[in-house]
Parts: sequence; C-alpha cells; structure tokens
Amino acid sequence: MQNTIETKQSIDTRHQDAMCVNDSKLQHPFWHNIKYMFVGILFGITFVKAEIISWFRIQEMFRLQSFFMYGVIGTAVVVGLLSVFIIKRFNIKTFSGEPITFEDKKFNKGQVFGGLIFGIGWAITGACPGPLFAQIGSGFVVVGITFLSAVLGTWVYGYFREKLPH
Amino acid sequence: MNIIEFIKQPWHCLIAGILIGLTVPVLLLIGNKKFGISSSLRHICAMCVPANIPFFKYDWKKEIWNLFFVAGVLIGGFLATHFLSNSNTIEVAQSTKTALAQYGITDYSKLMPAQIFNIENIITFKGFFFFVVGGFLVGFGTRYAGGCTSGHAIMGLSNLQLPSLIATCCFMVGGFFSANILMPFILKLF
Repeated sequence: MQNTIETKQSIDTRHQDAMCVNDSKLQHPFWHNIKYMFVGILFGITFVKAEIISWFRIQEMFRLQSFFMYGVIGTAVVVGLLSVFIIKRFNIKTFSGEPITFEDKKFNKGQVFGGLIFGIGWAITGACPGPLFAQIGSGFVVVGITFLSAVLGTWVYGYFREKLPH
Repeated sequence: MNIIEFIKQPWHCLIAGILIGLTVPVLLLIGNKKFGISSSLRHICAMCVPANIPFFKYDWKKEIWNLFFVAGVLIGGFLATHFLSNSNTIEVAQSTKTALAQYGITDYSKLMPAQIFNIENIITFKGFFFFVVGGFLVGFGTRYAGGCTSGHAIMGLSNLQLPSLIATCCFMVGGFFSANILMPFILKLF
C-alpha cells in the first residue's frame, strides 16, 4: 500500500515539473521554430537594453537599494496576468486555431528547497537562466563556464532526484 | 532625437516589464507554449547526456522550440550589445557602489564587474565560486524548484499558481541571504 502511494507521488512529481509536456498536437515543419527564435531575440535585446543581465542590478535588488528590478518583474507579472486573464475569458485560440491550455502546478517541497538554492545562485552569478544566455551573447565569455556548470547542476539534480525530498 | 538614439539609451523598467510580460501571451498565441527558460537546461541534458536517467528520457525534439527561443536570447544579447548600446557606464545606486567598493568591486564600465567576471579569474578560487558554484546552484535549484524567474515568477504568477508564489518567495529569500551574508563573507576571503 505504502509502495503504491509512493509510486503515485513519484509520477505526480515527475509530471508536474515536467515542463517537457508539449501540448501542441499539430505537426509543424522544422522551420516553424524560427518564430520562437525571433521572440527570443526581442527578449534578449530587452534584457541587455534594460540592463537586467547586469550583475550590479541583481545586487541592488537583493540589497534593497534600487526599485528597478522590482519594477521590471512587477510590471511583467501585471502584463502577464492581464494577458492570461483575457485569453481565458474570451477563450482565445492560437494563430493556428488550437485551444490554449493551462495546467495547475502542484506544490511540493522542491519549490522551497530548490527555490532557496536557486536564489543563492542567482545573487552570486547575477543571472537567472535567461540572462545567462544574453550575457554570453553580450560577449562575457567566462559566463560560458557558469552556463556549463548550470547544465551540470541540472544533470546532477536529474541523477539524484528520486533521493531528494519532494 | 531620432529613434535609434532613443533605443540606445538604457530602457525604463516599465518598458522592459511590459515587453517581458508580453512574451507570455505571444508564446501562447503563436503555439500554445508556456514561457519558461530553465527547462532549456534540461533539454540540453536530455539531448547531450541522458545517461539512462529517467528524468532525461523523453522526446526532447518536441521541446526544441525552447532551444530556438534561448538561442534567440543569446543572439539578441549580441545584437543589443554591438548595435544598440551607448558607451555610458552603468548607473548603479550609490549605496550599492559604496558596499561593493569594500570588496574591491569598482569597475562599472560594463554590465558585469570586470574584477570578477574576467578570464584570468577562471583558475582562481574567486572564479570557482562565482562561475562554477554559482552556475551549479542556478542549474540545480531551478530544476529542483521546477522553474526559474520566467516559469514561476512570471508565467506561474500570471496563471495565479500558489506553488509559483511560494517558489518566487523562496528565490527572494535565497537571494537576500546570498547577497547580504554569504557573498560579503566570501569576498572578504580574497
């Protein structure tokens, strides 16, 4: 009995943080992915031009010495909230006519432990994963090491995940 | 002032926030994709070194859009730095500058402090801490938490997810501890 419960929990955990569930049922040719690259380019430009990728901005934020990053994240959340609300309210579909779906996230202890660990790393590197890519593109070659280490960190998590509290 | 000059100035936090927030509906509208960046690290593991680990055994090709997206972020970083930047130094709060000066960080000519993020530091303990340890914590922590600032703080909060709010609060607590207690301690060691 205990065993079945554990198995179910394990499946739940795997499913809920499996952000690898591609919801789209449509088959698109490979080049369709280019549109995501364009969104990424605009996103990367914003990161650099608003200096969000700066290690200094992150220190200011965590030392509570500047409002800037709180302004960025706060505005982004408000815009995101309104957009999601409108999409749900009017049942808006994708441009290719698919329904837009949302899944609820389930709580597990990983969000606390992992969240704290990531927060520590965020202040040290001055980057969450998005800015890491933009910093490398900006020409900070050494961030390539940070990036490789982040990939290693993800891999080590995958290796030990069944042993970690969730 | 022409439009290029205007773009070359550092952008206001409202403009940045609106553009980042709009990424959420844009990705949903063009392909029902959920905004999230740290997953790309997982896809890279699944693509390069799955090593028979269940967590990396899935069809990463279905998620390749995410890798196109982060490749775009890298290209965007390159374009903005080389074609859209002005030569001014970065403006940082005076109180932060005063605090960082105690640890020998005084160079504001680039977005990253040259006294830490330079090639010579790769073989030093400082480099090991800031690049290797820091990067590892980012990669390990985001996956353990099931997302990063984009997936939890922006996408998750936009969809009113309580777990994402908890995760976001923990990101902040970790960051406050790290920036105010851990890093001053480490920086004093050198």
